[in-house]
Amino acid sequence: MSTRLTQGGRRIDRSKPVTFSFNGTRLKGYQGDTLASALLANDQMMMGRSFKYHRPRGVVASGAEEPNALMNMGEGGKFEPNQRATTTEIFDGLSAGSQNHWPSLEFDIGVVNNAFARFLPAGFYYKTFLFPRFAWKHIYEPFIRQSAGLGKAPDKETLDADTYEHFYFFADIAVIGGGLAGLQAAKTAALSGAKVLLMEQDPHWGGRSMVDGGELDGKPAAEYIAALVAELEGMENVTLRTRMMGAGVYDHGYLLGYERLRDHAPALVGPRHRLWKIRAGQIITATGAIERPLSFAGNDIPGVMLAGAVRDYIADYGVSAGDRVVVVTNNDDAYKTALAVKAAGLDVPVILDARAEGGGAIAAEARAMGIRVENGKGIAKVTGGKRVKSVKICAQAGEGAVLEEIACDAVAMSGGWSPVVHLWSHCGGKLLWDEEHAMFRPDETRPPLGADGAGFVIPAGAANGVMDMGVGLADADHAARKAVEALGLTPVDVSLPGFEQAAEAPLQPVWMMPQGAGPKLRMKAWLDYQNDVKVSDVQLAAREGYESVEHTKRYTTLGMATDQGKLSNINGLAVLSETLGQAIPATGTTTFRPPYTPISMGSIAGEARAEVFQPLRRTPMHDWHEANGAHWEPVGQWRRAYAYLRGGESVHEAVNREILATRESLGLLDASTLGKLIVKGPDAGKFLDMLYTNMMSTLKPGKCRYGLMCSENGFLSDDGVVVRLDEETFLCHTTTGGAERIHGHMEEWLQTEWWDWKVYVTNATEQWAQIGVVGPNSRKVLEKLGGVDVSKEALGFMEYTSGKLGGFDARIFRISFAGELSYEIAVPASQGAALWDTLFEAGAEFNATAYGTEAMHVMRAEKGFIMIGDETDGTIIPQDLGLSWAISKKKEDFLGKRAQEREFMVNPERWQLVGLETVDGSVIPDGAYAVAEGENANGQRNVQGRVTSTYYSPTLGKGIAMGLLHNGPERMGETVDFPGTDGKTYTAKVVSPVFYDPEGEKQNV
Amino acid sequence: MSEARSALAGARFAGIAHVEEAGLVGMISFRGDLGHAKVKSAVKAVAGAAIPKPRGVALAGATGVAWMSPDELLILVPHAEADAVVAKLSTALKGQHFMAENVSDARAVFTVTGPHAREVIGKLAPVDMSRFAEGEIRRTRLAQVAAALWISAPDSITVVCFRSGAQYMFDLLSAAAQEGSAVGVY
Amino acid sequence: MLILECPYCGVKGEETEFHAGGEAHLKRFGPGSSDADFETYLFMRENPKGVHLERWRHANGCGKWFHAARCTMTLEVFGTYSAQTYEPPQEIKDILTAKRPGWSWRNFK
Repeated sequence: MSTRLTQGGRRIDRSKPVTFSFNGTRLKGYQGDTLASALLANDQMMMGRSFKYHRPRGVVASGAEEPNALMNMGEGGKFEPNQRATTTEIFDGLSAGSQNHWPSLEFDIGVVNNAFARFLPAGFYYKTFLFPRFAWKHIYEPFIRQSAGLGKAPDKETLDADTYEHFYFFADIAVIGGGLAGLQAAKTAALSGAKVLLMEQDPHWGGRSMVDGGELDGKPAAEYIAALVAELEGMENVTLRTRMMGAGVYDHGYLLGYERLRDHAPALVGPRHRLWKIRAGQIITATGAIERPLSFAGNDIPGVMLAGAVRDYIADYGVSAGDRVVVVTNNDDAYKTALAVKAAGLDVPVILDARAEGGGAIAAEARAMGIRVENGKGIAKVTGGKRVKSVKICAQAGEGAVLEEIACDAVAMSGGWSPVVHLWSHCGGKLLWDEEHAMFRPDETRPPLGADGAGFVIPAGAANGVMDMGVGLADADHAARKAVEALGLTPVDVSLPGFEQAAEAPLQPVWMMPQGAGPKLRMKAWLDYQNDVKVSDVQLAAREGYESVEHTKRYTTLGMATDQGKLSNINGLAVLSETLGQAIPATGTTTFRPPYTPISMGSIAGEARAEVFQPLRRTPMHDWHEANGAHWEPVGQWRRAYAYLRGGESVHEAVNREILATRESLGLLDASTLGKLIVKGPDAGKFLDMLYTNMMSTLKPGKCRYGLMCSENGFLSDDGVVVRLDEETFLCHTTTGGAERIHGHMEEWLQTEWWDWKVYVTNATEQWAQIGVVGPNSRKVLEKLGGVDVSKEALGFMEYTSGKLGGFDARIFRISFAGELSYEIAVPASQGAALWDTLFEAGAEFNATAYGTEAMHVMRAEKGFIMIGDETDGTIIPQDLGLSWAISKKKEDFLGKRAQEREFMVNPERWQLVGLETVDGSVIPDGAYAVAEGENANGQRNVQGRVTSTYYSPTLGKGIAMGLLHNGPERMGETVDFPGTDGKTYTAKVVSPVFYDPEGEKQNV
Repeated sequence: MSEARSALAGARFAGIAHVEEAGLVGMISFRGDLGHAKVKSAVKAVAGAAIPKPRGVALAGATGVAWMSPDELLILVPHAEADAVVAKLSTALKGQHFMAENVSDARAVFTVTGPHAREVIGKLAPVDMSRFAEGEIRRTRLAQVAAALWISAPDSITVVCFRSGAQYMFDLLSAAAQEGSAVGVY
Repeated sequence: MLILECPYCGVKGEETEFHAGGEAHLKRFGPGSSDADFETYLFMRENPKGVHLERWRHANGCGKWFHAARCTMTLEVFGTYSAQTYEPPQEIKDILTAKRPGWSWRNFK
């Protein structure tokens, strides 16, 4: 059984017990425990079920590379699936549950898949579920989704109860990994004067050296590390962060740091995670190494663990994995586990060393302690179901004939160590194959390149393939010196501690155990625990022609689980290489992509949630709208009132009421969102002549003119009223969504093409609150306010004036979008809400009615005015919309003119704007197409036009629409059919698009 | 006429820093030839300070001037005086090619105050706040909107954004200043 | 994510402060131009593997448009320069020649 030892455990505080629950059972651990160590201490070796076959799975590792021990954590707004038990620190009240089983971890129906494993090989989805076609969607997929998978998705209605944030940070040198190498590199860099950020994913500094470090300068490594950390903490130019993982390295020294602030102590106040967005001049990856499993049959039975993890649990948490631990290895390092197990007073029945020659000095030490060591031997098979019962020993060189069966309850395996090259590789760092150590390590001659074209990532220590600690320290110092020099600083000499390295016997690569294992054994030898990929699956893929490692990965799903193949990649591609009969470097690796381990969605979102998910722009009258029943419509980032609902009114009823009130008496529109660009300078007229299709330079001061803007490609881009404020100054109104875009457009032309023209542009959109005062009584209400003369004589249609209006500093434009007598009043935004209130007070006797964007839309459609985005869609030219009158014939040039001369732009076959009036008064559905005779090559009805705007007109009491129609203007009076998606056909008469007051008598009074 | 209103009526939040809407500030967007002697003297006359070097801001009590781009300044004056200042500039620079627009009401102004003020900004802007010095103006983005920053007093940073985004900015700054969120690096 | 330095205000900022504006040094063809010239101006782009000259705007900053010489393969930024020029300045050309001998881009070498 796994249990808590009576002593040891440098990370735990035995005076501080912690209570937590696992699958509903209350268990005890100590402060400092991880969930994995605490579960092991409670003899809970089995921690989950596998993805596909639902096999019982126990914890394998002790760190971020753990593939099996994934948990559902927390409840309600704190629920989160797929959390690794090995990196989860326990706290009082923690609640965890194992995943992928039903009804329980111990008894799981899905394990039936295991019996059929033979029929579920690599690619079985593709092969098995092809036919019948309908069955995938209705039978297979629902079944697979139910039975396969890991954690459950959080409830979509339950919001995450925590907060998250980002933080931008800048460092000369960022060091990822706070093990001995990272600490040493940080010290050299910091002493050389660089601003250093050092991050460690673990809560503790020191990395593996805390367990395996031996002595430095004659003292335990832990002491040296403590002194090093204290020294770094005392330096002003060093920032040290634990519980912060280097998640990804990106272009130009961009680095993501994932800091977990409260996962270990949810009672703390503040954000849960902080995502650091770091820019570093140089990045040192001191990310250590990960031990590789060995591929033998039954290597996934709970109790089979990495050798390093077994000794971590003893040293860090005082937890034993089992009473009788068999060690199986191809290297010297795993002997340390045997010694640690023995020192803890537990039994090591045998060390199986796959190397015929066996180990070095440490093997002799093990023998001297009375441990049986068998050279050239391996495991044929592990027996047991939910827990290891025994191992069957065989010759590594053979085919698996069992020599002996040895009872045990844990197996500590080691296939050697692989440098963590992920962060080196994220941004393009290349790898080379190190034959001697059987591993890929960074090729320092081919680093990721930064903004200046030089490398910006430097690996250090074990992450650089330097597994020897003493050499690793020197390597870290060297990495730091290189980084310092790259920054143009001078590295200082730092003395390194003395270190005695025991001579190790060389590792012997073992990719299959035993070497000649037959199909039955290979089918139970796991490569990827999390995705249930076996040696036999990779071999099958190779036989079926998946020769590229990237293809094999996707076909077998090897390395595609949440652990991204941290344990399985090298073994998998070695098996693939062997099957293909080629060297490992010829196969290569799959691509390492960020993040290193999964990071929370919350941390990615940062502050962008709920109210601040995206900027929401408000006008100065926003609060009034809110208080008066506004039904909101997003227009770009603006929030505009679509209609104002009164009592139990529907939106449709409100729109109709607003229109009728406006047409009958007085409507008020918040038009503040309209773009307002000030264009000033001696060349302003010439400039606007280029931007608009109309002639703007001839506009007289105090006059307004409706203008169209086209792109260089000829298509309509924006429209609005241009006002000449004075000889040199124009005010260009744009659409609500167009202000920033058109401002940018103007600046682009001024800065990149006509930079010698004397024109300045300012975006004054938000300086002004603008109110449309619309309807037959609009003049009366303005006259009531007093001040500027707004009489017909003083201010004619399409004219502008300014001055005091009822005490407000107003700009008054007599323009109309509704076809009524109408004014737009602009006042400084700080006075907007007050003017709005004042107009309602003064307009009470005229039943002043606020109207929203929909009423505005309907009224403009009644007048046949186009709307950018309705009548236009990026393929429409003004000529299509009957707007040729707004295109100056006198101008030699304007943006879009050349494009509009192209053959297909002048083609009379282009669809043209018309009005449409349904025969029965109904409203044509939005987006409906007018059908024509015959069918096209695809067997679809031919079309001859489409609807661009369609509304119910309360003014006319019937449905009206605008649309583009083939030869439209010549077909007045004809009827056209618009089939709706509701099965009905809407028949409409082709009419003029101006439905209301075609003579303009209402607006021109 | 009723009192001119700022976007958020002086809204406040207190967490690891104090966030406060600073009310209405007179601002004039000035475009012109910044090297021209007439421009230099006209600006100094209204701003109370000479045109600063690139990316600089010069404050002189209630007035000041910030360098926005090679041909653009932001002139700070009391809110009620902005139109008069525009008129003054127009008179002084008559015949010159320039632009002076009162943009006071197009803006919202916030102050973030306290020892963690830099960290609050550092959570939202891709700017090295450890090297951000007094007398400097930085135009950048805060989360998803454009903004300008300067240090208005020790431990106090002024943030300017568009008025329509005032609530968004206030919510952003408040979220970044939430209790327990000090980073501990500045 | 790139880092660019705006040649107008001197800010060295990350890509999110800028707005990419496509290819640099376009020659405008207006009314009276041939279909072929107009097509080239409006649609034909270099899309090179290696040295590229681009337009960028310091959108969340001083608002100025500028040009950048950049490598589309390594993302190295060779330099940024004024938008108010018809061709890259000599110092940018010198850098390109030093770093990418034999480079050419449209009719520039």
